[in-house]
Amino acid sequence: MLQSVLITVLIAVGCFFLTVGTIGLLRFPNVYNRMHATSKPTTLGTAAIFLAGFVRFGPGGAGLASLIGILFLFLTVPTGAHMIALAAQRMGVPFMEGVTWPDPADEDGD
Amino acid sequence: MAAEGAEPEFVVLAVRAGLVVVSALCILCAYRVIAGPTVPDQVVAIDAVVTNVVAIAVLFALQTGRSLFITGALVLAIIGFITTVSVAKFVTEGDIIE
Repeated sequence: MLQSVLITVLIAVGCFFLTVGTIGLLRFPNVYNRMHATSKPTTLGTAAIFLAGFVRFGPGGAGLASLIGILFLFLTVPTGAHMIALAAQRMGVPFMEGVTWPDPADEDGD
Repeated sequence: MAAEGAEPEFVVLAVRAGLVVVSALCILCAYRVIAGPTVPDQVVAIDAVVTNVVAIAVLFALQTGRSLFITGALVLAIIGFITTVSVAKFVTEGDIIE
């Protein structure tokens, strides 16, 4: 019974965070803002649903695979978001007003 | 505790509702894949779609009780990461492997 309630709560939390991430992806004005919206809440939502899988299947076998999936997501999603942000900046996608990129020449000075 | 295999009604309902919600979110993300003004927008949206599909695979494993789909979700996550990284490399340098 406790297991069933826990699974339901985790699925609800995961769906909430996935919805928040998708709304951010659709509504934010800029590539960099959209990336922030998709990377963090989407990771949290999928991690919650993976945790539901861990609760359902137990600590051996598929539950362990769920924990590995959470670890993998937390390692790779920020890496991919960082690489796409760097690619967008090198392509010349403009920032919003008032946002600056640190100048490499300044970093050499100090 | 209930007998093994006989899940209560609300868990089945929650898993089914979760499947419907996450599938609808996939379709909403597809709008940004098609209409995103720049290429990085589209890549970010594809990344979001892949993450949603990973969640769908885990929910399907919960619905059917087959744990194989969790392994499938792991494979999908790996493919999504490789897609993002390779597109980022291709966009900046015009070449993936030099």
